Amino acid sequence: MDFLRPASWEEALAAKAEHPTAVPIAGGTDVMVEINFDHRRPEYLMDLNRIGDLYAWEVGEDSVRLGASVPYTRIMENLRAELPGLALASHTVASPQIRNRGGVGGNLGTASPAGDAHPALLAAGAEVEVESVRGSRRIPIDDFYTGVKRNALAPDELIRAVHVKKADGPQQYSKAGTRNAMVIAVCAFGLALHPRTRTVRTGIGSAAPTPVRATAAEEFLNAALEEGGFWDNGKVITPSVAKRFSDLCSAACNPIDDVRGTASYRRHAVGVMARRTLTWTWESYRGARRATEGAA
Amino acid sequence: MRVSFTVNGRPQQADDVWEGESLLYVLRERLGLPGSKNACEQGECGSCTVRLDGVPVCSCLVAAGQAEGSEVITVEGLAEYARQRSGDALPGAADGAGPHTGEGAGLAPVQQAFIDAGAVQCGFCTPGLLVAADEMLERNPDPSDADIREALSGNLCRCTGYEKIMDAVRLAAARQAEGA
Repeated sequence: MDFLRPASWEEALAAKAEHPTAVPIAGGTDVMVEINFDHRRPEYLMDLNRIGDLYAWEVGEDSVRLGASVPYTRIMENLRAELPGLALASHTVASPQIRNRGGVGGNLGTASPAGDAHPALLAAGAEVEVESVRGSRRIPIDDFYTGVKRNALAPDELIRAVHVKKADGPQQYSKAGTRNAMVIAVCAFGLALHPRTRTVRTGIGSAAPTPVRATAAEEFLNAALEEGGFWDNGKVITPSVAKRFSDLCSAACNPIDDVRGTASYRRHAVGVMARRTLTWTWESYRGARRATEGAA
Repeated sequence: MRVSFTVNGRPQQADDVWEGESLLYVLRERLGLPGSKNACEQGECGSCTVRLDGVPVCSCLVAAGQAEGSEVITVEGLAEYARQRSGDALPGAADGAGPHTGEGAGLAPVQQAFIDAGAVQCGFCTPGLLVAADEMLERNPDPSDADIREALSGNLCRCTGYEKIMDAVRLAAARQAEGA
């Protein structure tokens, strides 16, 4: 094994071009476990810790450019207003020790269906900025996950940042597991209201071969909210609408039975989390609307 | 490969380090610092917790090469680290064995609190808990119970001694407040 320690992003890209089998390591949450257990013996291990750019974030007009290695701890502390869904998801990642080193780039690189960040990224809307010596491109999050632990990266590409849309409405994140800390999701659900476009987006974790959106559920809810004038009248969402949304979210799952839970439990739990996160976010939207109207 | 970094205030060098080796392995097997415990090797248990450039991390998830040039504090250096933080000098700190291995360095307040509160049963999780608790008390001198639970949520104790551990951290916080 060779240990590569690029001092800059350009050096990292050159090294990855020269050694496409090189495994990037930043927080080590996934990579070190595989090495410690001898499940993986990469020819080259490439440390990204020296590349300061990966630890920086910029809050722009419409989105946040989040460096691939920004630790979850920083996201929780600094980006709760701009990226509430991702901040909530970050708080459910493992433990303080892990959150101090791990970042979204690792979640995306591993592309495990159980990665905590994925549902939040899907719900918020995001693009993954990847680069190689051949050039840079942005992959829409909907096209990023291609299979179980597979993503759209080419062998010579590295993840540089993720551009996440700034919240324009309430967002929520929910995760089912056996305890509150140190838990890999049995399943997870992210939901974001986008009042500006009058749309709702979702993200489902750990209940299909890849993280997925419940698109049929989103389309149904978007139409129902529009039809009932909900965005304008701020009424409580009809139980039948919430129920149908919840059922469609369950139907968007394609889960398996495994040690953490059964397929039918996952389907059920995703439906429950969908209804709850919809209620929480919608109540928060109504509250904000009332506050605005009261002030006017 | 060779890895050079600072451990408990002293420059250290480890040679013939395998590229896939963890910081934990280097500390225990190459530098003779077995205080950080090796249990799960997958970041689940927190018994290998050390501070890497001030930040609590699982040393089993840090590749040794990633620690190059950094500053590591292990449980062996906790007493001296706490002493320096409070501005007291350690008599005789300059001699060989001293603070780097923890011998003759006395105890950090958080260590004393763990003893006084009876928070140690088999002791395997204790070093990680001490490092994590000490860091929290540095950051948050007046923690709520929820703060303590959150800060220690990555450290597992299988003797189920959590209540005594909570007592110990509360005691350390109270003593710290009295001393301030």
